[in-house]
Amino acid sequence: MTQHMIDISLTVNGEPVDEQVEARTTLVDFLREDLALTGSHVGCEHGVCGACTVRVNGAIVRGCLMLAAQCDGATVETIEGLSDSGEVADLQAAFEQRNALQCGFCTPGMIATAQELLARAKVNKTMPSRDEIREHISGNYCRCTGYHAIVDAVEAVAKQRAGEQQ
Amino acid sequence: MKITADSPPVLTALDRPNSYIGRAVPRPNLARLTQGRGQYVSDIVLPRMVHVAFVRSPHAHARIVGIAADAAKKAPGVIAVVTGAELAKVMTPWIGVLTHLKGLKSAPQAPIAVERACWQGEAVCAVVARTRAQAEDACELVEISYEELPAVTDAETALDAATPVIHAGLGDNLCFERKLDAGDVDKAFAESDAVVEATFRTGRHTGVTNEARSIVADWNASEQRLTVYQGTQAPHMTQDIFAKHLGLATHQVRVLTKDVGGSFGVKVHIYADEMATAALSKLLKRPVKFVADRLESFVTDIHARDHRIKAKIGVKRDGTITAFEIDDLTGIGPYSVYPRTSGIEANQVVNLVGSPYTCPNYRAQTHVVFQNKNVMCQYRGVGHPIAVAVTEGLVELAAAKIGMDPLELRRRNLMPDDGYPTQSASGLKLEKLSHHEALAHLDSMMNYAGLRAEQATLRKEGIYRGIGFASFIEVTNPSAAFYGVGGARISSQDGATVKLDAQGMISIHSGVTEQGQGTEAVLAQCVASSFGVPLERVRVVIGDTDNTPYGGGTWASRAAGIGGEAAWQAGKALRQNVLAVAASILQAKPEDLDINNGIVVDKASGNERLPLDELARIAYFRPDTLPPGFQAELMATRHYVPRGWPFAFTNGIQASYLEVDTDTGFVKLLKHWCVEDCGTIINPQLVNEQIRGGVVQGLGAALYEECLYDERGQMLNGTMADYLVPMAVEMPDIECGHAVSPTADSELGAKGAGEAGTAGAPATVMNAINDALRPLGAAPLTDMPFTPDKILRALGKV
Repeated sequence: MTQHMIDISLTVNGEPVDEQVEARTTLVDFLREDLALTGSHVGCEHGVCGACTVRVNGAIVRGCLMLAAQCDGATVETIEGLSDSGEVADLQAAFEQRNALQCGFCTPGMIATAQELLARAKVNKTMPSRDEIREHISGNYCRCTGYHAIVDAVEAVAKQRAGEQQ
Repeated sequence: MKITADSPPVLTALDRPNSYIGRAVPRPNLARLTQGRGQYVSDIVLPRMVHVAFVRSPHAHARIVGIAADAAKKAPGVIAVVTGAELAKVMTPWIGVLTHLKGLKSAPQAPIAVERACWQGEAVCAVVARTRAQAEDACELVEISYEELPAVTDAETALDAATPVIHAGLGDNLCFERKLDAGDVDKAFAESDAVVEATFRTGRHTGVTNEARSIVADWNASEQRLTVYQGTQAPHMTQDIFAKHLGLATHQVRVLTKDVGGSFGVKVHIYADEMATAALSKLLKRPVKFVADRLESFVTDIHARDHRIKAKIGVKRDGTITAFEIDDLTGIGPYSVYPRTSGIEANQVVNLVGSPYTCPNYRAQTHVVFQNKNVMCQYRGVGHPIAVAVTEGLVELAAAKIGMDPLELRRRNLMPDDGYPTQSASGLKLEKLSHHEALAHLDSMMNYAGLRAEQATLRKEGIYRGIGFASFIEVTNPSAAFYGVGGARISSQDGATVKLDAQGMISIHSGVTEQGQGTEAVLAQCVASSFGVPLERVRVVIGDTDNTPYGGGTWASRAAGIGGEAAWQAGKALRQNVLAVAASILQAKPEDLDINNGIVVDKASGNERLPLDELARIAYFRPDTLPPGFQAELMATRHYVPRGWPFAFTNGIQASYLEVDTDTGFVKLLKHWCVEDCGTIINPQLVNEQIRGGVVQGLGAALYEECLYDERGQMLNGTMADYLVPMAVEMPDIECGHAVSPTADSELGAKGAGEAGTAGAPATVMNAINDALRPLGAAPLTDMPFTPDKILRALGKV
């Protein structure tokens, strides 16, 4: 079998990375297997479940629908980076306090997705409603919680951040 | 930020000073999961580890004529290509039968198909390579020639003389049958003022755990020991089974279970591909990893709930239910699943229909048949969602027929709250339930009268909303009556070992497991309370057969009620041991002392006498200062198994409020309520989240989820794009309430809470849709899932 290897240089969680990857390697496989960043999870590998959600150049993407080779020159942030920087510390605390996770497999992707909504709300100076929160996280599958607690946690952080802004 | 628990703590007699029982404390270790630092089996990498991928049968039923593997063996990275015949030399086959399900039969099943594949997706050949991608590449190069055989796919005709028999040695396609006849059913129907008949269907669906089934098996030839990292609910059970079929002693097998990405009953069974992975490790003498991909999951994870139930209810004009009768049929795939069998679900349907009600007249039969589809077995709620849909569907159809409010009809038939102990018509022994208290609580919580008024007003505007209910009971805390008596080596007892370390901290080792339910929190709460330390001083160790007491694991809503009681008792036992040490140091009597908030205190005054770290220092490092002959025992183990009752039944009632778009057939879920009685509530937040998660799993079954097969046994929708699961935007907020009837079988009094949500939710949606459409003259919908297509058909629009 012909191996198509591609050199890529990118920034992952603030660190420069230079690697050679097979052309077919997905971003999430690259993160998990080559960089041992196992916080991004593989749930369906066809773009439905959202367990592999990571941030590329500031926007959330499905790590299973993007190739590592497409990330040459990109800035990639995973749950490990978001945790270390403290950017989502309040969301993480709210998820823990409200039991907005059970098995935790969807949680890194769910938090990255929720953070996008809350960041946008902050810029627009709006407060997402429960329905808007539900709509926004509907690309992230959670089989355990039934979503209610996740909506509670995201809503609580939205209110908390709005309060801090005033 | 302030997040408050959404239901107040329920105080119980278990309130010691600083008790955590009844408090919504957060689970320990959650930061590990929110920060992406969990360790799921799919994350595990070991030295020399290789990956297996399976070539799976594209046919529902086929003879394997030949396997040409030369090209695959030469492919990059390939270590081995192994057939079923080759693996059969390493591992013995199994048969999924239990003796207490009389007459249940099944055929021997091998880790990889030998000679014949019996469902689309059965593994036919294994390819082991350095990477999963290389293994999958090489799978493409394995050439297998098949002779396609007739596929048995329709359960209705599986027992017909003209239908081929899947396993010739069994004589027919019947796995199991059961008949039950209680009271005088014919007389009761004859004396009824109204009789309602309906045929219910509960679509075949599957668990769709977010993390697929995963295993790393590591046979170390130098130690003659197999270490298995497995996402399982029952490590001691799989330890026993790996050992048995690999010809090892159980102490040669260690099963480790760290984080598990969802289970719901899917991960409590024995899967051929996981067994094959262990056998391959033994064969190749190195770690082998298998992680099912999503497409494999759909055709190999157990399916469940594929039942057709012809059902009948009799009722008098005053609302008295006179009789229930059901004829149940279910197709469970080509094998009864090992070791729990595929007969339990149908058996539960027979046990549970009519069970909330006083009606003594009940006749039932079930036929469990083989077919060439993926296997079915126990999945969250096992049989309950089916039995509840049938019972509660009949109850609301009967109420409509005699023109009585559905809640009122229930009030007139539910078992009285002061009538326990008693038993159901099917013979289930019921210790203490609270149907009427739960119903009254639900009535006020949802403002039923107000919703009925709103419904009537909106109907005038052409908006069709419906309200549906479901009362139910649920099996929890199973004794040996569930599996052990039938010969399964599945532990119904569980143990806990609690020890005090040299800094006065507590660790607990338990045989129950965690897949996200909050098991670790519950164990910590029990021990912290019964021993007397702050929660943060307790560390929980689970999921390791080398380092935990022998136990059953987490299934059938048993972890809190059984594992929690063992932990509670172990904490108490350690307290006595520690107080004996304290008494010898303080020259006091143990009975005059207690432990409160991590400090030995005078029981009467509460005055602090000795911190635990000082006690531990003396006991571990200066035992020479203790009285001669005194030996400190700072570790205690207790076990628990329910003995007074075969099961601790819980009860509850749910309601759904929804709106049907009569032009599109779409259903919008507006709100859901559940009042449940799981006895003592150890952690109200965790109980509520079990209910909510379970409800949504049931809502998925009612509206979206079904494994669709064609007549040749091909699954048609085995992707997450085609098999729909509930996502956040379709789901309603879910309000929870509680009644509390502790079981007297344990000191803690806790019953299980994990499955009640799933048990009742599908029936509420069915009843609410029918309630919404009744004024339009629609035929009752009884065929789950209730897709827009079926709703439009019922309305006569397509």
